[in-house]
Amino acid sequence: MPKYTLEINGERTAIDAAADMPLLWAIRDKAGLTGTKFGCGIGQCGACTVHINGAPVRSCLLPISAVDGSQVTTIEGLADSDQLHVLQQVWIDQDVAQCGYCQAGQIMSAAALLNQKPKPTDDDIDNAMSGNYCRCGTYIRIRKAIHTAASFYDAADKASSASNEQEAQA
Amino acid sequence: MNTMVTRRGFLKATSIAGGGFVLGLPLVSSAMEASLVGSAELNAYVQVRDDGKIIIYSGSPEMGQGIKTSLPMIVAEELGANWDDVVVVQTPEVDTERYGGQWTGGSFTLYLNWNLMREMGASARDMFIAAAAIAMEVPKEELKAEDSRVVHAKTGESRTFAELATLAQRQPIPNKESLVFKDRDDYRILGKSISQVDSLEIVTGVGDFGIDTKVTDMLYGSYEKCPAVGGKIVSANIDEIKKLPGVVDAWIVKGNGNVRELMDGVGIVGTDTWSVFKARESLEIEWDESNASKDSWTAFAEFASKVGDTGDKVPIHVGDVDAAFNDADNKVISSFYEFPYVTHMCLEPMNCTADYRPGAGGAKDHLEVWIPTQNGPRFQEMAKNRYGLEKDQLSIHVKRMGGSFGRRTSNEYVIEAIELSKLAGKPVKLTWTREDNIRYDFLREGGFNRLRAAITPDGKVAAFEEHTVGPAPGGESSRFNGPNPGAFPFNTMEHVRGSLTNYRMDTPVGPWRAPYSNTHAFTSQAFLHEVATEAGRDHVELLIEMMGEPRWLDDGNWRSMNTERAVGVIKLAAEKSGWGREMPEGRGLGFAFYFCHAAHVAEVAEVSIKGDQVTLHKVIAAVDVGPIINRSGAISQVQGSIIDGYSAMAGQKITMENGRVEQTNLDQYPVLRIDQAPEVDVHFIESDFDPTGLGEPALPPLAPAVANAIYAITGKRVRKMPLTDEGYRV
Repeated sequence: MPKYTLEINGERTAIDAAADMPLLWAIRDKAGLTGTKFGCGIGQCGACTVHINGAPVRSCLLPISAVDGSQVTTIEGLADSDQLHVLQQVWIDQDVAQCGYCQAGQIMSAAALLNQKPKPTDDDIDNAMSGNYCRCGTYIRIRKAIHTAASFYDAADKASSASNEQEAQA
Repeated sequence: MNTMVTRRGFLKATSIAGGGFVLGLPLVSSAMEASLVGSAELNAYVQVRDDGKIIIYSGSPEMGQGIKTSLPMIVAEELGANWDDVVVVQTPEVDTERYGGQWTGGSFTLYLNWNLMREMGASARDMFIAAAAIAMEVPKEELKAEDSRVVHAKTGESRTFAELATLAQRQPIPNKESLVFKDRDDYRILGKSISQVDSLEIVTGVGDFGIDTKVTDMLYGSYEKCPAVGGKIVSANIDEIKKLPGVVDAWIVKGNGNVRELMDGVGIVGTDTWSVFKARESLEIEWDESNASKDSWTAFAEFASKVGDTGDKVPIHVGDVDAAFNDADNKVISSFYEFPYVTHMCLEPMNCTADYRPGAGGAKDHLEVWIPTQNGPRFQEMAKNRYGLEKDQLSIHVKRMGGSFGRRTSNEYVIEAIELSKLAGKPVKLTWTREDNIRYDFLREGGFNRLRAAITPDGKVAAFEEHTVGPAPGGESSRFNGPNPGAFPFNTMEHVRGSLTNYRMDTPVGPWRAPYSNTHAFTSQAFLHEVATEAGRDHVELLIEMMGEPRWLDDGNWRSMNTERAVGVIKLAAEKSGWGREMPEGRGLGFAFYFCHAAHVAEVAEVSIKGDQVTLHKVIAAVDVGPIINRSGAISQVQGSIIDGYSAMAGQKITMENGRVEQTNLDQYPVLRIDQAPEVDVHFIESDFDPTGLGEPALPPLAPAVANAIYAITGKRVRKMPLTDEGYRV
């Protein structure tokens, strides 16, 4: 069986798998990281969303052979050691989840969106998030949570540009 | 109801390892248990750890309805705990003698556990107070429990629960009759918004869903059944399958023909999920379909279109319906409505991990299972009946569910995992593909309603008739076929008839969020708007008139509809939505009220239509379920139910031909997306009755509200779900 090497959440991980095994199953069954979820297997529901080299992808359709050597970030790797990603914190504060099964995929898609557009409009959210289904219908809170997280980004930007200005003046 | 109260006459305290403090439920005799199948007993109990953490068990399975947070909130409130000190833990095993019930469904769980949870909290609180009276040498009456401590107001002295735990557990168990519950005005936890206790685990991906189970030496399993239910297996290319990469073994499995237990099929186990899914693509199975389902949705619809006003079974006949219909002064209107089969589409597929260990050297067999299920006790009963396993031969881990909506109440996916574990001699995690989840579902039944009403010259509804044409799997009427005498308007009117015609459809059906109501609210409440229009009446005004005098419709049963509460939510929804206001061209409001699951709910949908594009902009919901427990959870359930209701109404339809479900995956069965989701404003009337559940009742009014809004815009009735079948885009 071929061997592949991925950098999953910053760790080099060797995986023996058939060339056509979707990344999802390599992550879940081979690497043992079960935060990434199986929903439909046809790239329709978004529960399996991970980042490959920073970009959001549906891992249920992507053969492992196509991503050998890539950097993969899963929901388990989104937090910075003990510091939650701002989306994770807001998701908790605003009690976004119901059953919670889709939320890893939702957060991974939202994180990729904020990387691209730190201040997304409602249309941006519709475009970036409409491939992530939530059977419980938590969309209202997902939208609000993304806006709230973006406002923290904004505040952090202002704080850092303010301190840059102070440094510049000093 | 009274049996529930009396049979838990006392609470008993048990010491646990580490000097903790445990309040447990008394044993329930198995005879009592057997007589109460399906009713809920609960089990929460309290431990105080030395580090000050208060462990509150949650016995009801969590599926997204929030019960794992809301029930412990009730215990914590009565206990006088500071919520920050509370750690909620799912009961570690299914043991109804120790914990009481341990199932969830029907939006019953909160209602059935309200008193029990309060008793658990209040009993523990009184024991802490008794302990503090001894420790502080002051009269009990001068003490109060708050913020996880007992406080003596006069001196300002206090003791923490942790300090008192050892002494408290030696105090006599208070009589249930002596317990005094808090006044609502004094609540510090109930009514607040509290994030789900598992929020952190969910957002960091370490949440423990059934599908995430990992057991040492575990194999991964998959199970293929006949696409037409009831097919028997003749042969399969097992030898070829066994040679495929990643496959460890494969078997032909003979079932017992019971779709809720084990059907014939091929089981495959392997080194990972993908390998066994892929191996199934190479399967060549010969099925004997002579006794399999031949269901055809087209034939069902054809049959239904020809039925008359009244069916052959007439479970409801009150007053003189025919006199009202035959009265020449009355206007009679009649309409035919249709609703499809729909599938549960829980995002977490059905799955179960089973480890069946045969006894060796005279030891008994042992079965350990990890199941996402709404009903652990039902599994326990099956394990005894089917496998002869007693409770001491079972270890059951009830897992968090990635959605259920009534789906995870059966045992067939559990039995499939057990059978594969027995065959493999190893633990097996069985996972269904998405296609399996649709093909092998217990669907929400589709059906048809012929509705009639007689309207008097002064615009009153004199008689109402509903004829349901429903499927009968195996020839037996489904329990969610109508008519339901407790449903509005059967329950308020003097002259009503509800009848039923069954058509043999063998496709299995089962509960789907708000069973019965999720279809019959659409038909009856859209039809009532037809009645209002024909009578020249305002819909809201007519509904209020139909409620009549303020009263409980089933005297003494406060889970029945109360017309005053109904009028309350109707008026509130009308007020909050600005009912009656002028709407711009292409935009309209639709109203619907419904009562189910002991909840009174009114909803107003604000819809616009451009060409064939329907947009649901906003829904105003007014809800009376008594006092709110977890405000965040309650709002979320109402919002989610409305979005779910629209999802089903908008585009979901399962059809079958030649016994085969025709839709295979999400590309043929749309779930509502974020860009299609409406805003939802939720308003509660927190009337002073015991609280009831919210997992289901906000769903049914959505579809008729939207249908009525579409009529307000277009003048065309929507008498069929989904909207895409009526030529609309959503």
